[in-house]
Amino acid sequence: MTPSRVAFAAVLGKDLRAELRTLQSLPAMAIFAVTTFVIFRFGLDRTQLSGDLASGVLWATLLFAAVLGINRLFVAEREEGGFDAMRLAPIDRSVLFAAKASALIVYLLALELIAVPVFALFFLDSAAALGPLVAVLLLADLGLAATGTLISSMAVNSRSRDLLVPLILLPLVVPLMIAATGATDPLLAVGGPGYERFGTWLMVLGLYDLIFVLLGYAVFDFLLED
Amino acid sequence: MIGQPSQSSSMASTQDLPSSASGPAIVLAGLRRDFGERAALDGVGLELARGETLVVLGPNGAGKTTLLRILATLLRPSGGEISVLGCALPREAWKLRGQIGYLGHEPLLYRDLSGRENLRFHAKLHGLDRAAAEARIDELLLTAGMDRRGDDRVVELSAGMRQRLAICRCVLHRPALLLLDEPDSNLDAAGRELARELIGPGAGQTRVIVTHDPDRFLPEADRVLRLGIGERAAVAS
Repeated sequence: MTPSRVAFAAVLGKDLRAELRTLQSLPAMAIFAVTTFVIFRFGLDRTQLSGDLASGVLWATLLFAAVLGINRLFVAEREEGGFDAMRLAPIDRSVLFAAKASALIVYLLALELIAVPVFALFFLDSAAALGPLVAVLLLADLGLAATGTLISSMAVNSRSRDLLVPLILLPLVVPLMIAATGATDPLLAVGGPGYERFGTWLMVLGLYDLIFVLLGYAVFDFLLED
Repeated sequence: MIGQPSQSSSMASTQDLPSSASGPAIVLAGLRRDFGERAALDGVGLELARGETLVVLGPNGAGKTTLLRILATLLRPSGGEISVLGCALPREAWKLRGQIGYLGHEPLLYRDLSGRENLRFHAKLHGLDRAAAEARIDELLLTAGMDRRGDDRVVELSAGMRQRLAICRCVLHRPALLLLDEPDSNLDAAGRELARELIGPGAGQTRVIVTHDPDRFLPEADRVLRLGIGERAAVAS
């Protein structure tokens, strides 16, 4: 059996190298997010947002941008035989789940490095909330990556992949989005960040992450069977 | 129908095998695979000794590729008993992985990586250490005549060159069993000669070759399996 850390590094390295070379997911995700912020800016006719509205605009945009990356997560494995190659190799298949989820986290972090400053530039009068927002982003990214990897692996064999991913994913991430917006809402309050129930929402995010990471680890092997 | 093992098998193998290394390489009894209502394989039986070559013949749709994918643990059988290198499938498929070199219709290579990067990736999946992997990759690229194009992205290569790379991938980890689906497809005469060095009978592995070109592979065969549509399989020594 190949050590899991070797197989994990191989799959993650391959995914990141291919993405850097082809730029098939990240630019689309970033352009989508920035364009959506522009639409919100002019659609709402507001130069400043705060509280639940700001939180909703941020998370709705990040979520839909993430769906673009999730849709493409397993396309190379499906179209170029990666699934067969990994099923022939002496590796623990949950390594593939971990590596793909990690690749998605990297994509989400790269997206947020672009999208969050643009959001702050368009809608916030202070950058004070961005520090504590990092904790929310990290926990939400982990949950989104675990759920997205699971759903993407299930949908990739379908011709209606682009339709199936949002149809299955969005209901599943409703609890994640409730917690993420709940934690972000006080951070973006008028007059500077507040921390009302901030810790509680972070714990809800952590619980969601734990459930979907364990679920993915448990069922991913079966999803790869013929 | 179960055929008798040939007496003329060479027992050479290039990889350490599990404890059951002394038994036959492949034993099939009443193998069946259904796709919905349609039976792609029905009642296939044979026994193949280690080091032997089995050539599988049959018209399109006879189930040749299905048989190969079942032996490779990529498809589950619907019924029957299967033992490959001493592992009962599908129950012990996990034991078998890493001992099979599979060359299918698709090259199993990522188009946006170079040939060398693809081989490195597969070497890591199969647990080869870095130095050994680099030496093996250099050796294979040279043997396959791909040493000068090994750093080109796969998408930039011709179909024949991709097939050569796929053959390199197939034998990279020195598998004990080669499952080859039309191994000569897209190869020119020179490519066939180069491929013969890697997957030919001289390599010593047990081989199962699916082909539409009996003239090319029958001289290498120890056993022949003829699959027909709607008929039971026939084995000839």
